[in-house]
Amino acid sequence: MGERTIVTGVIGADVHAVGNKILAFALREAGFKVVNLGVMVSQEEYIEAAIETNADVILVSSLYGHGEIDCHGLRQKCDEAGLKEIPLLAGGNLVVGKQNFEDVEKRFLAMGFTRVYPPGTTVETCIEDLKELFQSE
Amino acid sequence: MLTADIGSTYTKLTAIDSIRKKIIATSSAFTTIETDVMEGFSSAYGQLKKIAANFEYDQLLCCSSAGGGLKMVALGLVPELTSKAAKLAAASAGAKVVKTYAFEISQSEQNEIFEIDPDLVLLCGGTDGGNKEVILSNARRLTQIQRSFTIIAAGNKSASFELEKIFSESGKAFVITENVMPEFNKLNIEPARQKIRELFISRIIEAKGLSRIQELCKTAIIPTPLAVLDGCELLSKGTKSISGIGDLMAIDLGGATTDIYSIAKGKPTRTNVTVRGLPEPASKRTVEGDLGMRYSLSPLVNGLELNDLSDELGVERAILADWIDACIQNPALLPPPGSIEQKVEEFLARNAVRIATERHCGSYQSVYTPFGQMFTLTGKDLSAVPFVIGIGGAIINSHRPHYILEGVKPLVNDFEYAKPENPHFLIDKKYIFASMGLISSVDADLAITLLKQEIINS
Repeated sequence: MGERTIVTGVIGADVHAVGNKILAFALREAGFKVVNLGVMVSQEEYIEAAIETNADVILVSSLYGHGEIDCHGLRQKCDEAGLKEIPLLAGGNLVVGKQNFEDVEKRFLAMGFTRVYPPGTTVETCIEDLKELFQSE
Repeated sequence: MLTADIGSTYTKLTAIDSIRKKIIATSSAFTTIETDVMEGFSSAYGQLKKIAANFEYDQLLCCSSAGGGLKMVALGLVPELTSKAAKLAAASAGAKVVKTYAFEISQSEQNEIFEIDPDLVLLCGGTDGGNKEVILSNARRLTQIQRSFTIIAAGNKSASFELEKIFSESGKAFVITENVMPEFNKLNIEPARQKIRELFISRIIEAKGLSRIQELCKTAIIPTPLAVLDGCELLSKGTKSISGIGDLMAIDLGGATTDIYSIAKGKPTRTNVTVRGLPEPASKRTVEGDLGMRYSLSPLVNGLELNDLSDELGVERAILADWIDACIQNPALLPPPGSIEQKVEEFLARNAVRIATERHCGSYQSVYTPFGQMFTLTGKDLSAVPFVIGIGGAIINSHRPHYILEGVKPLVNDFEYAKPENPHFLIDKKYIFASMGLISSVDADLAITLLKQEIINS
């Protein structure tokens, strides 16, 4: 398994910058090549970065509750851009209010996401999942 | 000292007294590239001698945009990423970037490159370790084009072995250099720029019939836009002993192209701004091949609405259309002083400047977030740039150069483009920017002294 490239960033009009930096740091420490797009990232930017860097996964963060709207259509755009079957991961505070996470997860999986994480997920969980994803390829 | 700018139509000479730090005289003569560049040079030198009979030079420096300049096309992967980086690299090396391509090129794009018949092709794509397929596929397609261009490959380093194989087997001339975008959103255009410069010297000078004049020069002939860029950088940054004037923008409006130069970091001037997109170099040049006052007049006019033009100017549409047709048919045509045509001309020039500036400078987008209104900035914010310099025939020979340069300012209610809001306009009356750019390589203090004398204090 060569060096794996992860494109990450905070989607939409979301400017939560701290978690993004910690996440990018932890992923780098774990041995991944990280392309961090920072905050206020549009769907197109994830895709453009993934094409140019030949990324293995796109990891979307959303902290302000509008994640579901922002993530809608990302899978379709990836397909259109030739990024077929690229794993899409999402986590943070994806939706507003105290919703049942299982429902949220279902909706995200239906949108074409590969893994979805509830609030409070540790970085370690995500890293373990990534390793597992890459091994199964 | 003597400097020569060998253009497609004119050879312009500038005679400089380097001891008394003065420009002695300038002259120009028609160049015929088909016969001999030396003819144009001799004839311009003869004219110069009429003005300054005793002038003798120890050193000749030369730049050239003869034969249509250094024609290039640039290829990248994603339009906003490596394609844009490739375009920036080629433009900042002084090339006329005729077209930029993204992704795998199509059959018709391949044919188009054949038609363009570029001098050099800059092939990019993929970050280091990133996408390889596209650059390799485009490399193969380029080798199928039966033209004599040289390819500069400045893409994904992991593709270099295969690229070398593809090019060697095809017999195409090529060089491979560092990636213009080695990491995501990290620009590294200097190595590609350097290679373009070397190739200009080793291949293009001969191909454009400039070998004989090169023999007279001690330093290598460089592309004219590169000399202008050097001049802009010098005036902005200064030398060790003489201070520069700081941020500036320069506009060279000609018959075929409109070139915009900016020397400024272009940091955001507004609050609540997130910077997006590819970081751009502090010294940036863009060249618009579809905006010009003669050879490129029809694409310029196509981009404008004739009806709006006639309303805004209060000129009848028929007069407007007639004049435009006349100019396209006869590029040497000049409007009579004080005529309506002259007004039309100035108006078109101002719009060329406006559009070229909009393409050069950065833009703001408003985003409504749960935290209130925020902005994103893509490109360079040039709104606080204090100086805008007009160079190029259509500006310096105009009766109202300031009116034309007003095109750089944002329109009323335009909050999108980060264009200079309140600049001082300066005019390069004697057309010395390229000349001073050339001199900057041998005597930077002299060049900046003369620039300040002629442009700021006149």
